[in-house]
Amino acid sequence: MGTISVNGETYEVVAASDTPLLWVLRDELGLTGTKFGCGIAQCGVCTVHVDGVAVRSCQMLVGMVGQRAITTIEGVGDTPVGARVQKAWLDLEVVQCGYCQPGQIMAATALLAANPDPDDGAIDAAMAGNLCRCGTYVRIREGIKHAARP
Amino acid sequence: MLHDREEQRGGTLSRRSVLRGGAAVLGGLVLGIALPAKRARAGEPQAAGAALNAFVHIPAQGPVSLVMPAVEMGQGVYTSQAMCLAEELDIGLDQIEAIHAPPDREHYGHPTFYVQATGGSTTTMAWSEPLRKAGATARAMLVSAAAAEWSVPASELVTERGVITHPGSGRRLRYGDVADRAGQFPPPTDVPLKSPDQFRLIGTRARRIDTPAKVVGKTVYGIDVIRPGMKFAALMAAPVLGGKVEHVDEAPALAMPGVRQVVVLEDIVAVVGDNTWIAEQGLRALDIMWSPGPNAALDQAQLWADTEKASTGPGVAVRKEGDAPGKLGTGVLFDATYELPFLAHTSMETQNCTVHVHDGGCEIWVGTQVPGYAQAGAAQVLGVSPDKVTVYNHLIGGGFGGRLEAAPIVTATRIAQKVSGPVKVIWSREQDIRQDMFRPLYHNRLKARVESGRIIAWQHRVTGPSILARWLPPAFKDGVDSDAIDGAAEPPYALGEMLVEYIRHENAVPFSFWRGVGPNSTVFSVESFLDLIAGKTGADPVAFRCLMLEKTPRARAVLDAAAAKAGWGKPLDPSPFGARRGRGVALMHAFGSHLACVADVAVTDGGDVRVTKVVVAADVGRVINPDTVVAQIQGGVVFGVATVLHNRITFAGGRVEQTNFNDYRLLRINEMPTIEVDLLSSSEKSGGIGEPGTVIVQPAVANAVFAATGVQLTRMPLDASLIARTV
Ligand code: FES
Ligand code: FES
Repeated sequence: MGTISVNGETYEVVAASDTPLLWVLRDELGLTGTKFGCGIAQCGVCTVHVDGVAVRSCQMLVGMVGQRAITTIEGVGDTPVGARVQKAWLDLEVVQCGYCQPGQIMAATALLAANPDPDDGAIDAAMAGNLCRCGTYVRIREGIKHAARP
Repeated sequence: MLHDREEQRGGTLSRRSVLRGGAAVLGGLVLGIALPAKRARAGEPQAAGAALNAFVHIPAQGPVSLVMPAVEMGQGVYTSQAMCLAEELDIGLDQIEAIHAPPDREHYGHPTFYVQATGGSTTTMAWSEPLRKAGATARAMLVSAAAAEWSVPASELVTERGVITHPGSGRRLRYGDVADRAGQFPPPTDVPLKSPDQFRLIGTRARRIDTPAKVVGKTVYGIDVIRPGMKFAALMAAPVLGGKVEHVDEAPALAMPGVRQVVVLEDIVAVVGDNTWIAEQGLRALDIMWSPGPNAALDQAQLWADTEKASTGPGVAVRKEGDAPGKLGTGVLFDATYELPFLAHTSMETQNCTVHVHDGGCEIWVGTQVPGYAQAGAAQVLGVSPDKVTVYNHLIGGGFGGRLEAAPIVTATRIAQKVSGPVKVIWSREQDIRQDMFRPLYHNRLKARVESGRIIAWQHRVTGPSILARWLPPAFKDGVDSDAIDGAAEPPYALGEMLVEYIRHENAVPFSFWRGVGPNSTVFSVESFLDLIAGKTGADPVAFRCLMLEKTPRARAVLDAAAAKAGWGKPLDPSPFGARRGRGVALMHAFGSHLACVADVAVTDGGDVRVTKVVVAADVGRVINPDTVVAQIQGGVVFGVATVLHNRITFAGGRVEQTNFNDYRLLRINEMPTIEVDLLSSSEKSGGIGEPGTVIVQPAVANAVFAATGVQLTRMPLDASLIARTV
């Protein structure tokens, strides 16, 4: 199909251009940190960044990405905000099964990059699209605040 | 503690040193979750070392391997099990790697279930002691080996962080230095365990060992497995329960680039392709004719009605004290029915299983709560003995009971049998819900007589299927499913003359365990009924409960703690979420734990309910890791709030009506109550904690809605139309 840029590396993509980015990342590039949960934009476990903006990769066709920079959970720790969020997640023991957490961390990192000191309303607005069946929301909220003011 | 992905991704799985005990099946089967990069690769000479028992393997160099009998689904048991082993072994959690136990009932079978399974909030109760003993025994063998080497009495040696020291002479040896020789000592029996004041790990807020890999996306769940040459399969089951494939034209799928194969089974159609998306698109391109089978008329109203009818039949007495029916015959009685719907598990990781059938057997990569059942199920499909089936277990992206069955593994094996090479079968969310084995429908009928403000006679009749009769037949005794009546037979209250009965009733809907199991139905019913009685007799719900708790001080203590922390009796502030406000309480004793909960709600005129605050007080006995207990209660509360507010699976024309998270709603962060957890310190026997938070919050919320609206909801989940009001 062409190339895409993920976590600073360029990848040749074989899949058809109408394949959702999620499945290219997972099945073709082997970047399985980005998860599948619903396929219909309901759960957010597939969240990645496209030029720093949180995007649901199950909804974005790989052909629409162009040369924009994709960042996944495997690469977000290389950004200062991403690293802070990951550390906060560990410091506060946010994680249970962890399956939703790549998406939560990507959404939280995008939020903090745009709004370094979000209040509860801003956290609700940015994070409401990310489901967690283990129910870690109390700590996700605390984790975002902790990452904002470490 | 990062996952060494290459170990799983490459063609060869590195062979680990054979562990004694489980040796025959362990060779080559064990997969680490936290494999250090420096570990020996396949073909390289294995470092010396020894398995001192089925749980502890000490290599000459590098981290100590601890085998985890209970699987990690997020509930924190890899950390708590490692803490028990490491405590007695005197090593740090930074010096170990956790290994998934392979299927091996003899060594890793659950001490009370016997089968190898993780569930029922039992891990800490069942495994703490055996794991501490395994750690202590291994330590004793290492110390004996060092004592022999130095010709000093073992009693003069001390151990710390994997080092044995002889303080008299200052000599030191690492565990790895003596592991070989220690392995030759007979395991001592009756090694003393540490007393609680000697604990260095147990009871501390130790950092979890599984989470560092999770926050960087390196954890490999079952769904993330990649095998060389692997293909991807999407599958679909008949829309009508029990329906069969009648006809399918494979051509439209096969015409699509990247689709490799269509697999048609009696009841399943699968499409195999180069990636998950292509497989799914191929499946959607098919026009499948299904024959509906015997359940085409299955309908929710009928399912409720059938259960109601069954509840009037003869029951099996589970607990009988005095002559409750005699006291409940005539006069003013309290009488109510509580009904619980089917529920889906909806773990965020959908069901999936990778299978490679080859050489007269198969290999399976999956995250399962029942590795032994998985192995047996796949072996049965292939018609081979279980030892021809290798199960590589993985961390699980949410269990909640949904991975206590072999069914998905059996389905994947049936598909893989028709495919050459490894195939990863992934359930779409829609298929994960459709093919789930649901929390069953339960019916509870309660009657009580009250005299002078106290309950003097009580009858509780539970009607529902028996999960245990199928899942663990020996546990189904004398017509009683001990899970279905858990929470009903031994409530924390003195209820006077008592009769608790069970009626087994099953329908065509597949059912299995679900977070909270039996107590979800019984505790909900008991606690709702108590508030009904309190409401009708003008009693305060907390004070009314306290009257019945004279003999159960642990229950009384958690109730008092929750009431105090929640400000019970103080008026509720106005809420922006709804004009009607209410506060509800609930209390339980199940899973060996005592919990009390107070929930505050706001209800809109339209009948929408917002839970604004939840307070839980818990006495869960001796705690391994207090932070994990708090996390499990917090998460359990969120799970339970979604359950009571939103969740139900319903059937129409034999079809599951719900499809995805748009119509099977989970709680979102913007709908969250504040949650406060008060963990009471306790030196009693450890209780379970994975499920109680889910159980206790549901009646507390329902009772709060009752307080806010005067309407008691007797069929879950909450129904806005019943509590809407015109203003
Ligand atoms: S998988 Fe993309 S939002 Fe759920
Ligand atoms: S941590 Fe399990 S789904 Fe969020």
